[in-house]
Amino acid sequence: MTYQRDKDLGTPRSASDRTVTVTIDGRRINMPEGSSVMRAAAELGQSIPKLCATDMLGSFGSCRLCLVEIEGMRGTPASCTTPVADGMIVRTQTERLKRLRRGVMELYISDHPLDCLTCAANGDCELQDQAGAVGLRDVRYGIDGENHRKQEKDTSNPYFAFDPSKCIVCSRCVRACDEVQGTLALTIEGRGFDSKVSAGLRSDNFFTSECVSCGACVQACPTSTLQEKSVIEIGVPERAVITTCAYCGVGCTFRAEMRGEELVRMVPWKDGKANRGHSCVKGRFAWGYAHHQERVTKPMIRERINDPWTEVSWDEALTFAAGKLKAIRDTHGKDALGGITSSRCTNEETFLVQKLVRAGFGNNNVDTCARVCHSPTGYGLSVTFGTSAGTQDFDSVMHTDVILLIGANPTDAHPVFASRMKARIRQGARIIIIDPRRIDLVRSPHIRAAQHLALRPGTNVAVLTAMAHVIVTEGLADKDFIRERCDADEYQDWADFVSDPKRSPEATEALTQVPASELREAARLYATGGAGAIYYGLGVTEHSQGSSTVIAIANLAMATGNIGRPGVGVNPLRGQNNVQGACDMGSFPHELPGYRHISGTEVRQMFETAWNTKLDPEPGLRINNMLDAALDGSFRGIYIQGEDILQSDPNTAHVAAGLEAMDCVIVHDLFLNETANYAHVFLPGSSFLEKNGTFTNAERRIQMVRRVMTPLNGMEDWEVTQALANALGLGWNYSHPSEVMDEIARLTPTFSGVSYEKLDRAGSLQWPVNDAAPEGSPIMHVDGFVRGKGKFIVTEYVPTDEKTGPKFPLLLTTGRILSQYNVGAQTRRTRNVDWHQEDFLEMHPVDAEDRGLLDKDWVKLSSRMGATALRLKVTDRVAPGVVYTTFHHPDTQTNVVTTEYSDWATNCPEYKVTAVQVSATNGRSAWQDSYEAHAKAARRTIAAEPSE
Amino acid sequence: MSTLENLIRMANQIARNLETHGPEAAAAATADHIRKFWAPRMRAAVQDHIERECGRGLSEIALQAFRQIGLASGAAHDTPNA
Repeated sequence: MTYQRDKDLGTPRSASDRTVTVTIDGRRINMPEGSSVMRAAAELGQSIPKLCATDMLGSFGSCRLCLVEIEGMRGTPASCTTPVADGMIVRTQTERLKRLRRGVMELYISDHPLDCLTCAANGDCELQDQAGAVGLRDVRYGIDGENHRKQEKDTSNPYFAFDPSKCIVCSRCVRACDEVQGTLALTIEGRGFDSKVSAGLRSDNFFTSECVSCGACVQACPTSTLQEKSVIEIGVPERAVITTCAYCGVGCTFRAEMRGEELVRMVPWKDGKANRGHSCVKGRFAWGYAHHQERVTKPMIRERINDPWTEVSWDEALTFAAGKLKAIRDTHGKDALGGITSSRCTNEETFLVQKLVRAGFGNNNVDTCARVCHSPTGYGLSVTFGTSAGTQDFDSVMHTDVILLIGANPTDAHPVFASRMKARIRQGARIIIIDPRRIDLVRSPHIRAAQHLALRPGTNVAVLTAMAHVIVTEGLADKDFIRERCDADEYQDWADFVSDPKRSPEATEALTQVPASELREAARLYATGGAGAIYYGLGVTEHSQGSSTVIAIANLAMATGNIGRPGVGVNPLRGQNNVQGACDMGSFPHELPGYRHISGTEVRQMFETAWNTKLDPEPGLRINNMLDAALDGSFRGIYIQGEDILQSDPNTAHVAAGLEAMDCVIVHDLFLNETANYAHVFLPGSSFLEKNGTFTNAERRIQMVRRVMTPLNGMEDWEVTQALANALGLGWNYSHPSEVMDEIARLTPTFSGVSYEKLDRAGSLQWPVNDAAPEGSPIMHVDGFVRGKGKFIVTEYVPTDEKTGPKFPLLLTTGRILSQYNVGAQTRRTRNVDWHQEDFLEMHPVDAEDRGLLDKDWVKLSSRMGATALRLKVTDRVAPGVVYTTFHHPDTQTNVVTTEYSDWATNCPEYKVTAVQVSATNGRSAWQDSYEAHAKAARRTIAAEPSE
Repeated sequence: MSTLENLIRMANQIARNLETHGPEAAAAATADHIRKFWAPRMRAAVQDHIERECGRGLSEIALQAFRQIGLASGAAHDTPNA
């Protein structure tokens, strides 16, 4: 099979709604005004030779290969930079053009290594293709003249190599870094013959430069100059399968490019509506974990958590697990069991886990990792708008005039969407950032925030209410929108509340540490600067008032009329790939799929009929309550699919104690994660490359996940859950996840129009997908709110119980960085560790000096909950009084210090505010030492007897 | 912190965040919230604490909320579609 790269139409699509008619080589085509001649020809199926042009980038016109003849126009203009005009007549192939193109190509080839047969791009090289297309048979200048063929390769990046000897200086890589990624790390250094692609300063290589390894330059390169090392090692792929990334909530779609069952590379799919052909270092390159040597592929069991694991057959493991669950149910009652669904797994897998708990265990003790990230989003947007989801698609940001970014760091956590944001800011949109930390979007190349409100952690509600105060008291509210779309009485109550002088920026400045004048300017800009869109992340939700903050955000959007059209809206930047989907699928203990409360008789009966069983009408336990109940002895067994609660949940010691108190902990995962150290059954999982299903991203976009290789464990995850259900006697007989989706569609009104067939046809669908919106709903609340009238709710600022004081004078806030992902189970098992081998504690220079601490010192980070040790990074990114760290490495055990405090409405943990002290230390904490010993003992494994 | 102490803290936190609505409305809203989101055993643990220790540690609004939950016990089973 011959490798087919993604189709490239040469220049981007014009957004104009006016069309012109042009004739190319005798064929007529209507094109949007502003389209290039090259694009028009490509859409006719006429491929004009090109090297510097690609439809991911603006036209450049440097290679002089795409020349055409146009009637009435002198010379031979470049088709990439020449826009179509009505009545234009173009010829793409004439004797003169052929001669010119061959001449240009001769010059390129005279300075290019003629090593095609051994080149990694052989068969996937645009230079090679174009040499063929122009009929190059000879190079009159020879190849022995002055050339660049002895230039040194740069192999510093773990994932791709840079071989300047093959570079044709088309600038596609530089332009991709500028236009697509927005990092501007690359440049053309030197002039004329000395021109050379350079990453940053002369002293830099790709690894030490500002390059973020998104891969856009590699994708753009028309030769093998920038080449994936996997292609160099394996060879050119033979086929491609479109699938969806399993990292963050952006939900990038990729071409998984394969040779047989071996993944050669992941290339972002240009037709992907979430990522528009872009990627980040994780999705593009960090997939090696799928074949990491630590991957567990055989089921394992043990009686006690101090025993070594014993590898067993699937039958034995499932029988053992089912036996333990049944014994618990018989002895302690059905409410002693529960399960946790995973935001990393597919909709179908998640649906089945909650079904197993509800229909199999007989209770609603099911929860999901959204508990610890975006549960306040579900609550806050549901009570104000009527839907537990964001309002926009990602494309919407390209219509935004003012971005209000709160508690999110998209360049690290949602990098592909951050690139869209940066592109819009470069076009002139302004950005207001509310964050205690100086994130990259505050100031980076070609980006400067209009306002950075560096608030004291824990004061989000006070800041947003003060913004509302300014909007209402200065007469900036959108009265027409409010009158038409919202409940008038509730608005008036809210307006009176926020107008109280005690909620003004001046009155709250001492509390929030945000200068009143800056806050007023930010509020005015958001209210009057044009289309205003709010984007937020876990810096909003992971607080004791996370839900109130989401409500305050919704209030602001309604008050300014920024809902229901492109460019505006309320947009939670979801953390994990399928956190939206996991919530949609009924993973919370109080609601069935589609966010319908379990107490609803009619809905519950519909599920009871479908599942042929009675369902408990009462809410079940949340994760933290399950752990409490375990310590009380009333909760004894749990099935955990794809979540490492020991590392990710707060107050690690409490989580460990809760798990240890249970009689049966079943962990279903790729690796022996930290939670598995307390497990009795380990069911090996399948990676996203090994399964079929769907993920739903932060835009409510449902996308296909397609199996490209056989599961190493022999089963897709939905099959494992089904096998466990059947071991418990439930008699499930799904033969493909499409049947699970069909069941979801039958039972969930917002998914009623979803099927695999339709997803295959459309590429993706944004829910609701139903009779009213058969092709999905990119933007919600267009003509009215889902709940009817938008609901304003007052949000009184209630300070957290977590207080700083003499013993713990600093505030710790946590987050994540670009190269690592959450608990790092995947990214720590890739070369991404080259960028981030350990968690650091960021501290302001003043605080460091006060404590006599220096950069890279080992420090003890302690709170009232516990202590850990890690190394220090002294930086003014954080304000005095605030320290920051990540939680990617189990050795750090960051959550040993985070507290049991949580959001009042949802119990989402208050990760973002912990009172701590930092001091010098000589080594690790007692907890780290004892945990390491436990983990080592808990991972001992006895291999299965080889079969005869 | 024991499970009961944690439940009392959670109830008080809900009440504190809803008290802007005034005592009566806040108690009703707190009761509604707890009925919707707490498992029966959590509600029962606090009810038991109220019976045994007169609700020591509960705020007035939270206490009123639990009294309302007690009066309407079982109502959550039959709500129309939420």
